Amino acid sequence: MTTGNIQLLGDTLDRAKAEDRAALIAYLPAGFPTVDGGIKAIRAAFDGGADIVEVGLPHSDPVLDGPVIQTADDIALRGGVRIADVMRTVKEAHEATGKPVLVMTYWNPIDRYGVERFVRELAEAGGAGCILPDLPVQESALWREHAERHGLATVFVVAPSSQDERLATITAAGSGFVYAASLMGVTGTRASVGEQAAELVRRTRVTSKIPVCVGLGVSNADQAREVASFADGVIVGSAFVQRILDADGDEAAGLAAVKELAAELAEGVRRTSERS
Amino acid sequence: MTSAFFIPDPEGQVPSPEGYFGAFGGKFIPEALVAAVDEVAVEYEKAKNDPEFARELGDLMAHYTGRPSALTEVPRFAEHAGGARIFLKREDLNHTGSHKINNVLGQALLTQRMGKSRVIAETGAGQHGVATATACALFGLDCTIYMGEVDTQRQALNVARMRMLGAEVVAVKSGSRTLKDAINEAFRDWVANVDRTHYLFGTVAGPHPFPAMVRDFHRVIGVEARRQLLERAGRLPDAAVACVGGGSNAIGLFHAFLPDTGVRLIGCEPAGHGVETGEHAATLTAGEPGILHGSRSYVLQDDEGQITEPYSISAGLDYPGIGPEHSYLKDSGRGEYRAVTDDAAMQALRLLSRTEGIIPAIESAHALAGAIEVGKELGKDALLVVNLSGRGDKDMDTAARYFGLYDEEGSK
Repeated sequence: MTTGNIQLLGDTLDRAKAEDRAALIAYLPAGFPTVDGGIKAIRAAFDGGADIVEVGLPHSDPVLDGPVIQTADDIALRGGVRIADVMRTVKEAHEATGKPVLVMTYWNPIDRYGVERFVRELAEAGGAGCILPDLPVQESALWREHAERHGLATVFVVAPSSQDERLATITAAGSGFVYAASLMGVTGTRASVGEQAAELVRRTRVTSKIPVCVGLGVSNADQAREVASFADGVIVGSAFVQRILDADGDEAAGLAAVKELAAELAEGVRRTSERS
Repeated sequence: MTSAFFIPDPEGQVPSPEGYFGAFGGKFIPEALVAAVDEVAVEYEKAKNDPEFARELGDLMAHYTGRPSALTEVPRFAEHAGGARIFLKREDLNHTGSHKINNVLGQALLTQRMGKSRVIAETGAGQHGVATATACALFGLDCTIYMGEVDTQRQALNVARMRMLGAEVVAVKSGSRTLKDAINEAFRDWVANVDRTHYLFGTVAGPHPFPAMVRDFHRVIGVEARRQLLERAGRLPDAAVACVGGGSNAIGLFHAFLPDTGVRLIGCEPAGHGVETGEHAATLTAGEPGILHGSRSYVLQDDEGQITEPYSISAGLDYPGIGPEHSYLKDSGRGEYRAVTDDAAMQALRLLSRTEGIIPAIESAHALAGAIEVGKELGKDALLVVNLSGRGDKDMDTAARYFGLYDEEGSK
């Protein structure tokens, strides 16, 4: 049986910690702007300095995403992206770089595809795990059973509204890392990342030793540095997608912009001298 | 007598504590909403057991909504339905013109009890939006209504009504620009503003406890109809017929008849241009189990779980999902669901208008078309009750175009 790359994910987060910095995690949807273009964009993010990439499996009804990722999902779906394309994206991105690649998606596509089949194919593609933002821990037993058997991480999201008792339940069930939502809202860039994030990370750490990575709203090096001062990883999505949208069909310009942003953010997560 | 009308009979007490009706239901929501949804569940449990809540809601239903709603026999219409005896449950006569007010008043009281000052809601035909805007005006709550851009055009009258009542109406431009997309946008708002905002969900779908709670607030429809029929016809009906989009008016009518196994429960889904054309919103006829808007139920989707775009001439039924309790009733065989085309619904709309002087909503006209079929199948000894869930004023532009009722100059 093929085993997924949960270990590689753990090692990558450990190495960043050993270097006294946060890991940089980039999000890019598969099939955006095309399947091959999406794979190149992921490689550009890794080239620029991303440690981990989350590949979005586009969905028709992305209720947790703001306008930028909605637009990208829409382009990908109109281009006919299929789950086989997502698997190929994971496989090629991982094989070309040797770095951990996760999938992020809403639950219905996996439910419909078949949990066992999805997990097996993701493990075979070299995937490291999955982030499932609308699958609450109470509904996740079947997924976790298969993911554990195939060596895939189950990354749960926690939010500022999560109560302490619930945080403990979630961190006990999750693996790889925990995705801490920096604020109450959908994906998209924000002018500032709230103080809620630091407090949520603190409360989450009380419950577990699992790494805590922060996402939602982070788009530049200054914000990355701020988050890196209290979190194990910094997750950036919409800002990458926006760079590709801004390139307006010029593939080379889009890839250069993705790489440039990754480099800026990678510098941000290393400038943590004030870290206590 | 009215004090406990919305509390279900403990005998039929589904769902499970986790919100499951058999295999359907549950709570598939982002972590950010877990605390808020749990708060609704806890507050609703408290309210259900509080006589003061029942008294307040009972007063509003009697003196604001105008309940009980009438039960009208329609013999001239019934001549076209195999001569069966047909009674209409007149939810169209409620304040604001549809059944939606039943649920809205209950949840508005709950909003107050939770100490929240802002309400958001989705709307398709605009009836839930109008009812919500009405309750917000009554209780002094801020109100934002999400409505698909396509629906703001075909239900322009209701957009004006909501704005007159002081609500902000947001035209949603994503996806198919109809009800499903309005719900997506309302969820995005709720995640960001959950501290002071209640999402006043308008149908018996969504995460637990909404399917059960919204059903309970509409259960009065069937409770009244059952009693009125026993008084007027001296017996229970052979069938209770209602249209289903998300399924709130149907579950409201059906629920009180669940233990009466001799009463067939018949839901009429929108077949649009015909189920075989792919242009329809007949979720139970053509869908597969999946997860949409927080619960597991039948869903119109492709083989990889992408939701497909629904179509119906009726904005209120133009939805690719269905409440989980209907999925449960379908699979258990207790409920029967059939699909009714745009054309059949529009013919029924005109027929009721011209035989009985009652102009129904296009949504409700799907139930009338279904009743014509069922009446013909059962023959003249049959007794049917049909939920006339809303009135048709809002649909006059669509109907006038469909039937060519505008003067030549006025038609373009």
